[in-house]
Amino acid sequence: MKADASLATPITAFPVVALVGNPNCGKTALFNALTGGRQKVANYPGVTVEKKIGRVTTPAGRSLRIVDLPGTYSLRARSPDEEITRDAVLGQLRGEAAPDLIVCVADASNLRLALRLALELKRVGRPVMLSLNMMDIARRRGIEIDAGRLARDLGVPVVSSVAVRRGGTDALLSEIDSMLAGLPAAGASSWSAPGAGELRNTQREADRLLAVAVRGSGERDAGTARIDSILLHPVAGLVILLAILFVMFQAVFAWAEPAMNAIEASFGWLGTLVEGAPLPDLLKSFLKDGLIGGVGSVIVFLPQIVILFFFILVLEDLGYMARAAFLMDRIMGGAGLHGRAFIPLLSSFACAIPGVMATRVIDDRRDRLTTILVAPLMTCSARIPVYTLIIGAFIPDREVWGFIGLQGLVMFGLYAIGIASALGVSFVIKRLFWRGTAGEPFMLELPDYKVPRIRSLAIGLWTRAAIFLKRAGTIILAMMVLIWVLASFPQPPEGGTEPAISYSLAAKIGSAMQPITAPLGFNWQINVALIPGMAAREVAVGSLGTIYAISGGEEAADKIGQALAGHWSLATALALLAWYVFAPQCAATLAVIRRETGSWKWMWVTFFYMLALAYVAALVTYQIARVLGAG
Amino acid sequence: MGFRGWIHALSVGGGSIGLPGPELERRLIELGFVEGARVELLHEGLFGGDPIAVRVAQTTIALRRREAMAIMVNEQAPA
Repeated sequence: MKADASLATPITAFPVVALVGNPNCGKTALFNALTGGRQKVANYPGVTVEKKIGRVTTPAGRSLRIVDLPGTYSLRARSPDEEITRDAVLGQLRGEAAPDLIVCVADASNLRLALRLALELKRVGRPVMLSLNMMDIARRRGIEIDAGRLARDLGVPVVSSVAVRRGGTDALLSEIDSMLAGLPAAGASSWSAPGAGELRNTQREADRLLAVAVRGSGERDAGTARIDSILLHPVAGLVILLAILFVMFQAVFAWAEPAMNAIEASFGWLGTLVEGAPLPDLLKSFLKDGLIGGVGSVIVFLPQIVILFFFILVLEDLGYMARAAFLMDRIMGGAGLHGRAFIPLLSSFACAIPGVMATRVIDDRRDRLTTILVAPLMTCSARIPVYTLIIGAFIPDREVWGFIGLQGLVMFGLYAIGIASALGVSFVIKRLFWRGTAGEPFMLELPDYKVPRIRSLAIGLWTRAAIFLKRAGTIILAMMVLIWVLASFPQPPEGGTEPAISYSLAAKIGSAMQPITAPLGFNWQINVALIPGMAAREVAVGSLGTIYAISGGEEAADKIGQALAGHWSLATALALLAWYVFAPQCAATLAVIRRETGSWKWMWVTFFYMLALAYVAALVTYQIARVLGAG
Repeated sequence: MGFRGWIHALSVGGGSIGLPGPELERRLIELGFVEGARVELLHEGLFGGDPIAVRVAQTTIALRRREAMAIMVNEQAPA
């Protein structure tokens, strides 16, 4: 019997080919083309950078591991992403061998900076080859590259590739094959962080290569120039950016709704299945309220996250994201944020989790941390059910100044407070904690516009959705189970008249919290609702329903509202709204902050500063409202 | 807008507000700002004309004026 070699050999035994290149060189598209679906995204140990590895079989039947390394202009790393590239290339990553072959990926229509990087990579002492990517675009623009001459003068093999066309990577793969077949022993690395003089000389050498081997490359892409004259127009550009954002928000809320309803309905149906099953009550409650209800309340946000990422990936692939950062840089800078922080904060309106993940585009560690710390202050979609419930119950449905609905105005105000506080907190962080440290300069390449490829989009969307679902199945699931246990045990005594939850551990905790939350106007029932709300904010709505003994769950939002209006004062309701603007009521966000910052410290910093803000905001709101007679 | 010329020097100051001078110089070179390269001002932001987008050889780079001040440009082509 003959064993399949690719199954019998552990994957770590395959040669490693590392893809290195400038940002925007089409490296990820090439990686997707090479590996197809056979890739996985993991984290490098101890750091927060995604590690993308895929498996490839070459025409000669050789199995390889291909690693997609973060884009960089130099091995002289500045951001956490670029440090990974440097360490991976130099073989200094913990638990990772140095790559057997480095493929320097270059945008064929933008070779100047790529050639400098290629020259620097040669110093590492590992076998290097240059892949001229997007050759089709370069040819269309009249750029002629003498690959033979380039290979001779550069001293490494040069192949061309078209990542987006079938067969566009054949030449690359067969060159990898022949290089691995006669792989020269890796030489000693003569790389050390280059100084200005060395960088200058390398760039001069790259310019010389460009002059002898490439013709017609100086011209600016005419299409890009035309589009930029509108999209980067000082006034029209900003207006268009706002219009794009408006459409994006509309889409996140409107397009997602049918899918969200469908998910809610199917989880509800699962719940009724369990309800009708011949199982002990306790097990039923665990399955229905703990597992199905808990995970369902998070998975319901998947459509919004997918739509949001669809927009973000399309805009990124188009090359528009760098322009958005350019347009917003000055406005963000006023609050001490980097222009690139714009996209992560935008994502946080849907959910802080993708927002925090999107901060990876920010080079500087401090700028990135500031953005992560304030991202949860943006009003995420999980706050909407809570806001809607309380506003519906306490704010009269009338119009102010004749045409604006008061309820809508309050909702808008809550969003505005979220944005203002995010800007305010980042301003304070910058001034107070990181005073006198070097301000990270805003320097960013504006790539030529490119039409996004559906295949690449699909792979990107699938990767994001898979990460989110995996998280819902692990961390969030675990939190939900914990909270169900707290809310269910101990069980009510025989003949207990109160709702079951009032005998539980959660109720004891709620009562114990009373002295702390009394100045905010919170009763023990609210305290209890805050506990399950820790896992996911919107769960608080259902919990309030349970506590006030109203059956029918979330469909009965109106009834819950009536009950609340009977039990709470207006001051209490307003204080709870203020609390919800700031409170760190989302275990999943905290978990992702821990993961992305690689430390518990920043997770706790986020937790406590938000808790402090929430407490002060609720306290001030309650006390002022009482003085004004709303108590 | 539309201003063009050739880089004749990178003059990084003491770096009292931004990056230290030598680091700024390295970053500018890594983005292609070396002596002799052709540059053209393409776009300016709305507020105070900041940041700016500059064409340097075959690449377009966005940066703030504070950093761009270090790039000394001649209107004559280098000899």
